Parts: sequence; C-alpha cells; structure tokens
Amino acid sequence: MTRTGSPLGRRVLLGVLGVVVLAAIWELYKALGPATGVVIGDLTVLPRTSDLAMPHVWDMVARLFRPVRSAGDDEMMWQAVLQASFFSLGVAAVGWFVGVVVGMVLAIFMQRFRTAESALLPWIVLSQTVPLIAIAPLVKRWGSQIEIGSFSWENWMSVALIASYLAFFPVSIGALRGLGSPDVNHVELMRTYSVGWWATLVRLRLPASVPYLLPALRLAAANAVIGTVVAEVSIGLRGGIGRMIVEYAAAAGGDPAKPWAPIFGAVLVGLLAAGVVALIGLALARYRRGETPA
Amino acid sequence: MSTESSAQNQPIASTGPAAVSVTGVGKVFASRKGADVTALEAVDLTIAPGEFVSLIGPSGCGKSTLLRLIADLDTPTSGSIEVFGKTARQARIDQAYGIAFQQAGLLPWRTVRANIELPLELHKVGKAERGARSSELLSLVGLADFADKYPDQLSGGMQQRVAIARSLAESPGLLLMDEPFGALDEMTRERMQTELVRICAETGAAVVFVTHSIPEAVFLSNRVVVMSPRPGRIRDVIAVDLGRAEGRGEGLREADSFFEAVVAVRESLHGEAAGAPAARGVDQR
Ligand SMILES: Nc1ncnc2c1ncn2[C@@H]1O[C@H](COP(=O)(O)OP(=O)(O)OP(=O)(O)O)[C@@H](O)[C@H]1O
Ligand SMILES: [Mg+2]
Repeated sequence: MTRTGSPLGRRVLLGVLGVVVLAAIWELYKALGPATGVVIGDLTVLPRTSDLAMPHVWDMVARLFRPVRSAGDDEMMWQAVLQASFFSLGVAAVGWFVGVVVGMVLAIFMQRFRTAESALLPWIVLSQTVPLIAIAPLVKRWGSQIEIGSFSWENWMSVALIASYLAFFPVSIGALRGLGSPDVNHVELMRTYSVGWWATLVRLRLPASVPYLLPALRLAAANAVIGTVVAEVSIGLRGGIGRMIVEYAAAAGGDPAKPWAPIFGAVLVGLLAAGVVALIGLALARYRRGETPA
Repeated sequence: MSTESSAQNQPIASTGPAAVSVTGVGKVFASRKGADVTALEAVDLTIAPGEFVSLIGPSGCGKSTLLRLIADLDTPTSGSIEVFGKTARQARIDQAYGIAFQQAGLLPWRTVRANIELPLELHKVGKAERGARSSELLSLVGLADFADKYPDQLSGGMQQRVAIARSLAESPGLLLMDEPFGALDEMTRERMQTELVRICAETGAAVVFVTHSIPEAVFLSNRVVVMSPRPGRIRDVIAVDLGRAEGRGEGLREADSFFEAVVAVRESLHGEAAGAPAARGVDQR
C-alpha cells in the first residue's frame, strides 16, 4: 500500500493556489472589514484594517526589494532575510538532529527495558510542560560556564539545545510506538532464528518503526524551527530570524511592511525544514509498504 | 483413548536419533483468575528423520501449543522434548528446524529474495553463498521470476511459498508448519500440497504439520496424529501407507487406499462412539 500521491506538478500548483487564496482573503478583508477591527467585548477578534496593522500584500512584497534601511544604501531586504533564514535554519537543523538522536536513544532504551518505560515516560511528557521562556535563561547561564580547552559554549548552541529540547519529544513517543509495532509473528520468527535483541532491533523493529517515525520527524522539524526562533529572542542571539522579527517590529510605525519580511523568512525556514523531512520520507519509501495481506 | 496409540507413537522407520522425541509432555497455561488451562497432558510422540507427521484435531486441542513447544517458543510444564537428540532450546540455537506459520509473515520492506535470505543474513552467511542458495530455493518453489518483487505484489499462495522457501533456507532436518495452507483456496491448496510433498522428497526433511483438513493430512503424511481436546491428548496415531513421497501424484487423491485412510482418520476424530457428533472445528472435506 504505497500512497498514490498526486503528481508533483499538481501539488506545487495547489500550494501556489493556497498562497494566492490567502492573499486574496487578506486583501478582501482589508477592503471590506471595519476600520476598527471586529471587537467582541474587550476582545479584538479580527484586526484593524489600517495600512499600519495590515499592509497591502504588494507593499509587503515590494518591501523585500528595497534596502533594509529605507534611506541608506544597505543590502536588499530579501538578501538580509535570506541570510537570517539560513542562519536560523542551520541552528534549527543542529537542534533537530540532536533531538532526533536523543529521542531515538530514549525510545530504544524504553523499548528494551519495560521498567525504563514506566520510569522515563512520565518525565518525558512532563518535560514538555516547562515553558520555553523559563529554560532559555537557565540554559544560557549554564552554557556560559562550560569551557573545555579550546572549546567554549556559544549562544547559538544554547538556541540549538532548546530547539532539540522541543524536537526530541515527538521522536521519542513516535519511535517507542513504532519499535513496539511488529507482529508477535515476526518477533517469534526472530526468536526461532535465535538472534539477540540487537539484531531484532536492526532487522525488524527499526524498519517497522519507519511509518511511525516519519510523522514524528516532521513534528520534530516544526518544533525545532519554532524553538529556534523563540529561543533566539529570549537568549538574544543575533543573526537569525527571531531577533530580526523583534528588531523590525520596532520599526513598524514608520515602515509597516518591514516587520513582515522576517515573517516570510520564518515561513521559508518552516517550508525548507518540511521539505527535507519529505526527502527523508522518499528515501525510506521501501519501509512504508503496508503489511502484507495474509 | 485408543489402546493401540502408545504402540503407534513410535516412528515407522528409525535411524539414528529421532528428529523429534516428545516424552510425557504437559503444558498448563496459568491464568490470572486462577482458572488454569491444561493445553496438553501426557503427550508422547517420536518422529523419525525424514518422516512427515500431521497433527489433526478439533480447535483448541493443543496442536499449535505442541508445535510451539517443539520450536522452543514456549516451555513445557512437565515432560521433555528432544530434537535430533538435543534439547529443544539447543536445537533452536543450532537452527535445527525451519518454521512456517499460517500467516506467511514476510517482512514487507524486503524483496522476495531478501526475505528468503533473511535467516542466512542473520547468521552471517556470505553474500555470494546467500545469492546462490536463494536462487536455488526460488526455483524450488517456482518463484524465480518474482525474486525482486515485494510481498504485497504477490498472491497469498505465492507469499506462503516464499515463507516455505525461507523456512528451508538453512537446509534444516526438521520443518514445523502450523496450518501453512489454511488461508488458501482449495485449488491452490492442493497444488501447494503436491509441491510440499515434492520439496520434502528433495530435501529429506522431517515435517510436523498442523492442519484442520483430513484429506490434506492423509495426502501428505506418513502418520496422522489425531488429538482430542480438554485436556489436549493424543487420541490415535494412524499410519498412512501411501508409499514414499516420490510416488505421490495427483492420481493418489482418487486411490482406494487414500479413501480408506481418510475414513480411518475421520472415525478416530469422531471418537469410538459411532454417530457421535462431529468434532467441532475439523474440516470434513
Ligand atoms: N498463551 C496462552 N495463554 C493461555 N492459554 C493458551 C495460550 N495459548 C493457548 N492457550 C490455550 O491452550 C489450548 C490449546 O490451544 P492451541 O492454540 O494449541 O489449540 P489448537 O489446537 O492449535 O487450536 P486451533 O486448531 O484453533 O489452532 C486452548 O484452550 C487455548 O485457549
Ligand atoms: Mg492452532
């Protein structure tokens, strides 16, 4: 059972169509919505439609092709955004990778020892309830005390660590389910071959876990990107998209389209991350064949 | 309980250590509520090398349990089991048997060839040797053209043939099969039976074969072991004298000796009391 996805061309077309529809809705609301926004009680449900709150889509796009500081002869906005995007993507990738490795190791450990599962699993779930804002300064402080030989802890490592903290969770949960997914039949077959736990893991459990692992990897990628952007802000790491969003938001008064540029950058980072995971899924397509009908 | 059964629990021809020797085996499954299930009680059975023995009996009489005990997938509560003169555990470690279940149990991410090579790969057999052996087995089960297909591209019968090829990969002296043709249609089933007879003749392996079909048991076997439930015991062992495997063809299914054996097994299954209700779960075809 390989899912017969629509041809690539059609999917790209649908994606573009989605963006166009979104832009149309934006402009439609801006043209027709009340100037004061939709307010229920004290709660603003929909934003005000002024140029300040909602710049025109074309203004936001056009802003990308002007210099960063309107007056000066800086680099183009799109160049700056792209640079920051790749910086953040790199940090997120490191965080994602570390998170995946840690998540896999935890899952394998829990699969191996039932007691480890009951001891660890509650803590793993609990770990995700700690707010990011609370751990960011801690990580930064601890990190700054690490200095081994020529190696010294840098701020980007703190950000990657926080990204991995968010990324490991879906992987450990997904992998644990996946590792436990093979039929009794298959497990007993391995037993009749009298091979040990390791061979069973490599030849049976890991391949069988792929269908569970791929959605987990996708979630982990999304988490790593969000974690990176937020941690960049709370740790104060320069050069990435998160910091840029905060800096440009300050400029919103005189240049309302400016803050939107790094937001596009964040979307781009998310898309690229999702794309990489999709490629991994393609490479592992063999392991996604459904169970053999009896 | 038939009185002759103990005498017939011995193999027809015996050379060297028995392929399987089951002595006084009992198996009790403990349940949490304290209502233990006695799946097997005082089972004695000896199977000679190269002999084909079928286990038949109503559902729940312990056929699968007995097979699993021989395979060391479970341990008996009492009694002992030897396979080629070794303990069941040692025999499993030494790969003395190959096994096939009702579900083909192929790994969906491996090609047909890679599935057959799985046990060889796990036991560190070299690549060239593996390839040669799997080619041999593929042609033995008539799937040479399907080597590079994946299991989901095969019919149920073909998958089952792959599973049998896999169980033969390490040329075991003993094959354990639990209703391997249970999920197949009658036509495919008969063809597979004929093939199995041929394969056994070529490999010389002893076979313990669990089935619900009387004709299947009779067609394939040297001896048919009839079991009765609650607790699971051997009720009867019926020797089927249809000649050695090489001579068995489709014509045999119409021979008088075949029908006589079918009648004998059926009567044994129904119990000594004539006209007793048919044993449930047994295929009367
Ligand atoms: N793991 C187990 N735990 C508890 N009871 C079991 C277990 N396995 C089998 N039994 C019980 O042992 C008895 C024999 O089961 P077994 O599977 O050997 O029967 P069978 O002859 O193979 O039946 P069938 O023809 O339906 O396959 C049954 O009463 C069953 O409920
Ligand atoms: Mg059974």
